[in-house]
Amino acid sequence: MGVRTTALRATAALGVAVLLASCGSGGNDTGEQTGGALEGRGEITFATGKDTSNNMQKLVDEWNASHPNEQVRIIELPESADAQRQQMVQNAQVKSDAYTILNLDVVWTAEFAANRWVVELPTDQLGLDKFLEPAVKTAQYRDKLYAVPVYSDGGLLYYRKDLLDAAGVKPPKTWAELIAACQAVKPAQPAIGCYAGQFEKYEGLTVNFDEAVHSAGGDVVDASGKPVVDSPEAKAGLDALVTAFQQGVIPQKAITYKEEEGRRAFQAGELVFHRQWPYQWNLAGKTDGSSQVAGKFDVAPLPGIDGPGSSTLGGHNFAISAFGKNKATAVDFIKFFSGEAAQRSNLLATSQAPTLASLYDDAELIKQFPYLPMLKASILSAKPRPQAVKYGDVTQAIQEAAYAALTGEKTSEVALKELQAKLQELVK
Amino acid sequence: MTVVARRARGATSGAGRLAVALLSPTFVVLALVVGYPLVAALRESVFREGTDLDESGFVVEGARFVGVDNYASVFAGESAVRFWNAFSNTTVFTVITVSLEVVIGVGMALVMHHALCWRGVVRASILVPWAVPTAVSALLWRWIFQADGVANSIIGQQVLWTTEGWQAKFAIILADVWKTAPFVGLLVLAGLQIIPNDVYEAARVDGASPWRQFWRITLPLVKPALLVAVLFRVLDALRMFDLPYVLIGPRKASAETLSMLAFEEAASLRFGPAAAYATLLFVYVAVTALVFVRLLGADVIGAARERAAKR
Amino acid sequence: MNTQLRRVLTFGGLGLILVYCLAPFYWMAVSAFRRPSDQFELTPLPAPFSLDNMTAVFSPGVGFGRSLLNSLVVAGTTTVLTLIIGVSAAYALARLHFRFKNAVAALIIATSMFPGISLLVPLLALFTDIGWINTYQSMIVPSLSFALPLAVWNLTAFFRQMPEELEQAAMIDGCTRGQAFRKVILPLAAPGIFTTAIITFIAAWNEFIIALSMVNDSSMQTATVAISRFTGAYGFDQPFGTQMAAGVIVTVPLVVMVLLFQRRIIAGLTAGGVK
Repeated sequence: MGVRTTALRATAALGVAVLLASCGSGGNDTGEQTGGALEGRGEITFATGKDTSNNMQKLVDEWNASHPNEQVRIIELPESADAQRQQMVQNAQVKSDAYTILNLDVVWTAEFAANRWVVELPTDQLGLDKFLEPAVKTAQYRDKLYAVPVYSDGGLLYYRKDLLDAAGVKPPKTWAELIAACQAVKPAQPAIGCYAGQFEKYEGLTVNFDEAVHSAGGDVVDASGKPVVDSPEAKAGLDALVTAFQQGVIPQKAITYKEEEGRRAFQAGELVFHRQWPYQWNLAGKTDGSSQVAGKFDVAPLPGIDGPGSSTLGGHNFAISAFGKNKATAVDFIKFFSGEAAQRSNLLATSQAPTLASLYDDAELIKQFPYLPMLKASILSAKPRPQAVKYGDVTQAIQEAAYAALTGEKTSEVALKELQAKLQELVK
Repeated sequence: MTVVARRARGATSGAGRLAVALLSPTFVVLALVVGYPLVAALRESVFREGTDLDESGFVVEGARFVGVDNYASVFAGESAVRFWNAFSNTTVFTVITVSLEVVIGVGMALVMHHALCWRGVVRASILVPWAVPTAVSALLWRWIFQADGVANSIIGQQVLWTTEGWQAKFAIILADVWKTAPFVGLLVLAGLQIIPNDVYEAARVDGASPWRQFWRITLPLVKPALLVAVLFRVLDALRMFDLPYVLIGPRKASAETLSMLAFEEAASLRFGPAAAYATLLFVYVAVTALVFVRLLGADVIGAARERAAKR
Repeated sequence: MNTQLRRVLTFGGLGLILVYCLAPFYWMAVSAFRRPSDQFELTPLPAPFSLDNMTAVFSPGVGFGRSLLNSLVVAGTTTVLTLIIGVSAAYALARLHFRFKNAVAALIIATSMFPGISLLVPLLALFTDIGWINTYQSMIVPSLSFALPLAVWNLTAFFRQMPEELEQAAMIDGCTRGQAFRKVILPLAAPGIFTTAIITFIAAWNEFIIALSMVNDSSMQTATVAISRFTGAYGFDQPFGTQMAAGVIVTVPLVVMVLLFQRRIIAGLTAGGVK
């Protein structure tokens, strides 16, 4: 507040602003709510991006029907994740109470917690032992809980079962087997590309780079958060991708791929293997003509250098804004939304991965989503991205290094060395 | 109203008072929406938000006065490379796009002005590029330029437009010129429409060729409108942001502009440095505008003429 | 011969302009009328033709009709206010003699030199303090201030080209300064005013980042914000088809409106003028 008042005073020369200064210092600061206490009941808002199938609204309507005095209003943020974060950060900057519950990407937890934009939650009241452990970890910062995981996500290796069967090869467990499988498929399909993931310069590249490093036995940061990306293992992981690009195992144009470009290529039958999130399952299986590969593909765990690889963890957690009102209602609503009934309905409506372990073993759900056991394994063995307060800078540094190596602008050795130096600077 | 009031004191009594009355609504609005945030940003640029963590992992709150440190660090080490790269991108984009827009825009205006029929329809359709929301048009161009998009299918080659290199610059320039040439065209057309016809009649009687007419009559008479159009295009092009951000993507050296740098810094919560970038851009724009006005004599308000008259 | 050549050139030029302006827009329209499942086909015509994207834009949950109305209110008010405020400021700059005129003009244009995105957070803090969040004025006033510099400078340039003698003659005939301006200068400057209005309207109509930040109530959101909130049917889906459809929907009425009104508006401005 002090900053703003001085800023206003500084503008006194500009005439009009002076008139506003009086309003400026009174303003909206109802500071009582900013403490850690989760008190107050009444109307709340829920800021989220992408209510893809209107299921959020349906669940909110359900809640509102039974809580006439604690109504929840959805505030839909833009479709792009960066724009969502920008809106949340802006509102935190001005300490606005516009948002009560925030739907945070798993990688934002540390930043929001360390800046005191979200409040600590009582671990004992939320039944977190029933959740997948890696997902819960993404909601913690320095061993304290700041959010509740509601959606999870893990990478899978989609492969063309028909082509592999015809060539008589099994789904690959290692990177070398994957390349060998492609060579076995090639004679029958000379034009097909072998593998793609997400390699455009954006968050997806961080995900794919982390997976390559982890799958080769390396790490970006160790358990204590210290950068260790300057290792032979990490180099082996990155080199696998670099070489694949050079040799055409990954098609040239995959450097422009985000999730959707890759999905379209896979669905058009242009790829044998594709690293992708579970959402592709239903879409690639559609028989309305939009997918050439319906019924011809299956999923496997991601391959590693020597053995099975490990996925990067995705997903979303719900947190409570430090500046929001009626935090007790917010806690109850989060409990409701992360409960089994809500998560089941979410899975059925949106096929987004749940965070409750029991849903992955539910026979009825497995019938509808045959990949669930595979996904559970993928999430349980998944590694988080670095949990850094300056995550934005960390992921930029990673993208910078990986993109330079993949496009041949720098050797993987130089890229990783520079990345190590930058990360040390950032998490210092 | 202190500024306006002070200005009034210097003015010649009656006209001065009227001028104050007529100008003050403009200044009220500008002071509220631009003046206040601008001063706030200037102030912010000499502070730095804490980014250090205390023992329990919380960010230590409070901004600290750092003087010109934020500015100095722009020109130090790696960020200097990035800054000058963005500076040169911004300049290149501005020079090329605005030049093309002037040529195309003036051409559009001349054709429309001489057309006897269809003028209304054509004038409405040149509004189309300008009227499509920037975000939507950037998206449209991204799909046109994607790896298996229509641009590649037309040229029959696979160019990866959104990757680093000349092709990214080309894509941005093409999309920007498409969108904003109509802006120049519209303003110039309006300038053409107020030129009295008898001026041309006289020239035709004198037997001046169309080419000569254009250089000797049309251009000088349309100059005020054209210069305003170009000046504001330069200001906008120097602050270009949405288009490269959506079309090519953030943090690509071939496409990064100064506005994007300021935005990225703010997105990383470094508000002080972000404000410093914004201020540097502001200074660059202001200097460019000044040079432009001096060089081309964009004497829109005609103060020079008045001064000359007084002498 | 000369006139014939002229006609060929003009028509060729018109054709060229139409192609230049409309070809990318054509692609947008074609994409809008494809089925979502074959969104990325490269056929020059949508085959099969589909209204799925259009219906998606107007699906009940989105409230797109309402947001179009909001856009109309914001852009319309902005345009009217910009013209009123801009015309008076421009008149002062073009016709009155007072000191610091250069400085005033420079100060006005200087406000369009700061990167817009950097104004955002201070403005949000200000509007939060004065309780303007979720109001029309929180969108109108910023759009107004973004439009004013161009309006003032452009109108000044036009007014200055008007012969001062006409105005003085009218004043000798007993008109007040205001009447002389309205009856003589405004009609003559009509093309400039009309163009300023179009440009202001479109800029306000397309404003996005302010409208996004100042309004969180979906019943107050403008069309561009609504477009940014379109989602596909699933997580990573970029709702390209619906965005293109919405792009067509926000562009075409604007252009048709200008087409219908340009004669009438110019006629209206010119009416009553001394010819």
